[in-house]
Amino acid sequence: MSPERTETVQDTTVVHERRTPAPPPVTLIGMPKFPKNAKKELANSQLRTNLRHATTTIRNKRVKVVQELPHWEDLRLAGEAIKNRTLRHLDTYLLQLEASLTANGAIVHWANDAAEANQIVIDITRSKGADEVVKVKSMATQEIDLNEALEEAGIAAWETDLAELIVQLGHDRPSHILVPAIHRNRSEVREIFLEEMGRYGTPPPEGLTDDPAMLAGAARVHLRNKFLRAKVAVSGANFAIADSGTLVVVESEGNGRMCLTLPDTLISIVGIEKTLPTFADLEVFMQLLPRSSTAERMNPYTSMWSGVREGDGPQEVHVVLVDNGRTKVLADQVGRQALRCIRCSACLNICPVYERVGGHAYGSVYPGPIGAILTPQLRGTASEIDQSLPYASSLCGACFEVCPVRINIPEVLVHLRNRVVEEHHGPSAWGMGMKVGGWVMGKGNRFGMLEKGAELFGAVWPGDKVGPIPGPASAWLGARDLKKPPTETFRDWWVKREKAKRSGDSGQKDA
Amino acid sequence: MSVPTGTVALFATCINDMLFPDTPKAVLRLLERLGCTVDFPLQQTCCGQMFTNTGYFTEAMPSVRNFVDTFGAYEWVVGPSGSCIGSVRDQHPMLAKRLGDPGLQREVDAIVAKTLDLSEFLVDVLGVTDVGAYFPHTVTYHSTCHSLRVTKVGDRPYQLLKAVAGLTLIDLPNADQCCGFGGTFSVKNPDTSVAMGTDKMRAVLDTGAEYLVAGDNSCLLHIGGLLSRNKSGVTPIHLAEILARTEDDYLVQADGATTKSGGAR
Ligand code: SF4
Repeated sequence: MSPERTETVQDTTVVHERRTPAPPPVTLIGMPKFPKNAKKELANSQLRTNLRHATTTIRNKRVKVVQELPHWEDLRLAGEAIKNRTLRHLDTYLLQLEASLTANGAIVHWANDAAEANQIVIDITRSKGADEVVKVKSMATQEIDLNEALEEAGIAAWETDLAELIVQLGHDRPSHILVPAIHRNRSEVREIFLEEMGRYGTPPPEGLTDDPAMLAGAARVHLRNKFLRAKVAVSGANFAIADSGTLVVVESEGNGRMCLTLPDTLISIVGIEKTLPTFADLEVFMQLLPRSSTAERMNPYTSMWSGVREGDGPQEVHVVLVDNGRTKVLADQVGRQALRCIRCSACLNICPVYERVGGHAYGSVYPGPIGAILTPQLRGTASEIDQSLPYASSLCGACFEVCPVRINIPEVLVHLRNRVVEEHHGPSAWGMGMKVGGWVMGKGNRFGMLEKGAELFGAVWPGDKVGPIPGPASAWLGARDLKKPPTETFRDWWVKREKAKRSGDSGQKDA
Repeated sequence: MSVPTGTVALFATCINDMLFPDTPKAVLRLLERLGCTVDFPLQQTCCGQMFTNTGYFTEAMPSVRNFVDTFGAYEWVVGPSGSCIGSVRDQHPMLAKRLGDPGLQREVDAIVAKTLDLSEFLVDVLGVTDVGAYFPHTVTYHSTCHSLRVTKVGDRPYQLLKAVAGLTLIDLPNADQCCGFGGTFSVKNPDTSVAMGTDKMRAVLDTGAEYLVAGDNSCLLHIGGLLSRNKSGVTPIHLAEILARTEDDYLVQADGATTKSGGAR
């Protein structure tokens, strides 16, 4: 949460008051790298408790609902195969998608990057004479930081998903793909509502407690006006079907349905990788997604719309197809599998690193394992934070096991580590160490020489273990003892044993 | 039980060779007791995963080349480490494809097919689960991520432990969760690594076991380091060292000749 409230915004020409709560700014340059962010988050007891509770609950539920389907592994294989085929022929399917959407009466826009996508939304909203939009929860709009772009253009973007609303009112950033306010508990939510709700619309009722039902009720009343007033809605899409020209939004609260049906104009921001070839492909993904994300057999609301239907729902439907780095990812033979992601967040919930540090440490809209492989590909590895993300994993592989589209996240992590090394190979202690180490490990006698050093260390070091020592060694020794090296390596012991054997002794007594 | 006719090459792994020689000694003793002919080719070094997993692929190549040169001629290559065996099987082909020539790729593919973790070799090749071991202690088993998800040793270690005379095996809560070692992760992200390790340590202590057993000394180096720093009194031990012990060892131990000390690995 940002404590200071400089609530004015500089447009190129006008200076105006901010309309929506200011989130903390995101500046890649100078953003601390992951280990430093993590250190700070790890000390937050409330965060640790919230995350442990939330992720444990949801991953246990996921296991249960997944085990109900005997053909789960086949579904994963099918999901992987459909996505792979789509990505392989993405150019074709995108053109087909555009044609179907257009035939259905939708207006299709293409955006190379975040700035282009944001400008398209600004232009459409202005053309409707609107100065506000209501929003369905969407990762793509988070990725392009649409809310702040609209704010700068004097347009207020109101989040209508409960958790997104909590994040927005809290002057905060999401910390989870699916549960953006996972780092908040209900007393914090109550505080945020009491403090902020009234400034941006209908205030909370008198005597608001931290009872979840009452909090949700307050949000419902707060949003009601905004839904009824709004002329323009902005959404993302979970899937964009090429053959039928259908967009699909999967949600739990019904706020999405309100946005998708009430306002007259609907703008959907869709990453180009969200394409699916046929309507029938949904069969696979509508089984994979709810069970992997909310651990439900079926999510409460699935909205599908194919263009404009006269007299029913939005009368002007825009679809903005966004690249924003995806073509670059597609060009990487190992890294491209990250584009299969359906944003279920199962990998976050299972990740032992995410569970302890939370989403903000990743300095990216996409946190957790998928963030660690997707963000450095989308943004490149120029910044310190992006260089550190591929290393923000112990490579335990739990994410790969749960991913419904079988993204081999550890494989991509290691691949991207190599990219970081190749792209930033200035002189470094790590680089030197690895070079020397690589040479040493090239021959047994070289390693044997190194081992002599260890034996010597073992012989002179007093005591049987190495305790805390300040300096670079404290990265290990700060919390962990180290057994001192033995005075005889296995290699030396073996050589002695073989010698003894040859000279007639059995040499077995030591074994 | 079916003992292979050829020589089994012991791949000690660099960390065991240098820091935990008791583990390869135990493997040797166990395999010889079961009738195998074992060799330790001196040319061996390392699987190279500390380079690979840190992103230094070029630096890992000497290890890959050295591995095929060292072990190519043997019938089986057996090592006491799910992680290092996993690296050979999972990463050497990737490295050979990227940075090697077709010849190296062929050699790597051939060696991958005969490189096994100790637990796999015992259960699948020798066909034994009861190796005649005796270990009258309470232990809990940490499955280690790479044994579980890369090498996929499955329940083989449990089968082997359950057949050990005198041993009481207590289930470790949240057994499939990473301990936070992660190779260079442990020093590149020390705070997160220790936070994960602390939770693992708590799970271990909750079992009340005397020994924490695993098929990988690297994870034990990490959890053991925490257990030692906290004076927990729990001793980390490699699976091979349990399987190698027989009742005879305890006759020796009663005389006070060899006793194991708890703590840091
Ligand atoms: S990477 Fe896989 S598990 Fe993670 S969010 Fe994407 S689809 Fe879900």
